[in-house]
Amino acid sequence: MHEYSIVSALVDQVQHQLAAHPGAIVRRINVRIGELAGVEIELFRTAFETFRDRTVCAGAELAIEAVPAHWQCVRCTRPIAAGAVLRCPECGRPARLATGGEIILERIEMEVPDV
Amino acid sequence: MCDVCGCGDSELVPVELQAHVLADNDARAGHLRQHFVEAGVLAINLMGSPGAGKTAVLEQTARVFAGTQRLGGVSGDLATDRDARRLEAAGITARAITTGSACHLDARMVHDALHHMTWRELDMFFIENVGNLVCPAIYDLGQAANVVALSVTEGEDKPIKYPVMFKNADLVLLTKIDLLPYLDVDLAAIHDGLSRVMPDPRVISVSGKTGEGIAEWCAWLEAHQRARPLRSVAPAHAHHH
Repeated sequence: MHEYSIVSALVDQVQHQLAAHPGAIVRRINVRIGELAGVEIELFRTAFETFRDRTVCAGAELAIEAVPAHWQCVRCTRPIAAGAVLRCPECGRPARLATGGEIILERIEMEVPDV
Repeated sequence: MCDVCGCGDSELVPVELQAHVLADNDARAGHLRQHFVEAGVLAINLMGSPGAGKTAVLEQTARVFAGTQRLGGVSGDLATDRDARRLEAAGITARAITTGSACHLDARMVHDALHHMTWRELDMFFIENVGNLVCPAIYDLGQAANVVALSVTEGEDKPIKYPVMFKNADLVLLTKIDLLPYLDVDLAAIHDGLSRVMPDPRVISVSGKTGEGIAEWCAWLEAHQRARPLRSVAPAHAHHH
């Protein structure tokens, strides 16, 4: 199960961002995970809840947007349905994954003390 | 808010990032890739289920390339250095990466292993990943190509059950074909499944036992060796491995 490793990388990134905002508290983390990213979302959530204690993410809510896989022809951008042969029926070119392969940290919302 | 000095109020600040969560691994992998390209070493990330025949294929590969290609590699396993010892016995300069509980190799582990190896004089470097059809798929290791070993005993539906592993594969080695006479396996179903998860499916059927198909696999490796980028990229950094 590699979801723990991914959560660990996520927490590291948040920590890195926080360095620029002394005293800030992370309240919310928005993540986008593709259907073909190789990440099981429920395991990822569990890993986050287990791992976040004693990190900068301890009080943070995790919001995950699941992105469906979307294949399309590399040339004519015609969509190729999930489960179909990954080759364009029109021009014969191999399909490419347009969305659904990503693991993206979109946004962090942090509470910054007003000095 | 504090009545005296106005302190204590906090505001919620959104920070837009759109950052790849595995950016750190990807940067390390990019660094490794640059090392491999500079040294003229073809790096292959060999993945597949436990027992798919990854080590046996590499043993046969060493026989074909004996005296013509200098081979090296790392073998990832949760415990033991058995696979690395098998590779060494076959003539491949090898080192074990024992991951403990980790189900995949990452770029840092491969980089650390290189620091303990003489690898720059090699022609090909095989990263034999931890046996697993899920986790290794998403970690870039600086390889020139991803190869997945899929044995004919695993069942025809494995490609469509594990699409992430196959979507990034440049080649599938269909292994253990010497067992076909004893199995009730539908090869057409395997090929059909692969065409639904791999945009440009390439398959070479091999046997690690009889050596069948290994020459074709070796020809594929040599074609990649000729096609790889020349050593024209900027130096990765000053240190030596």
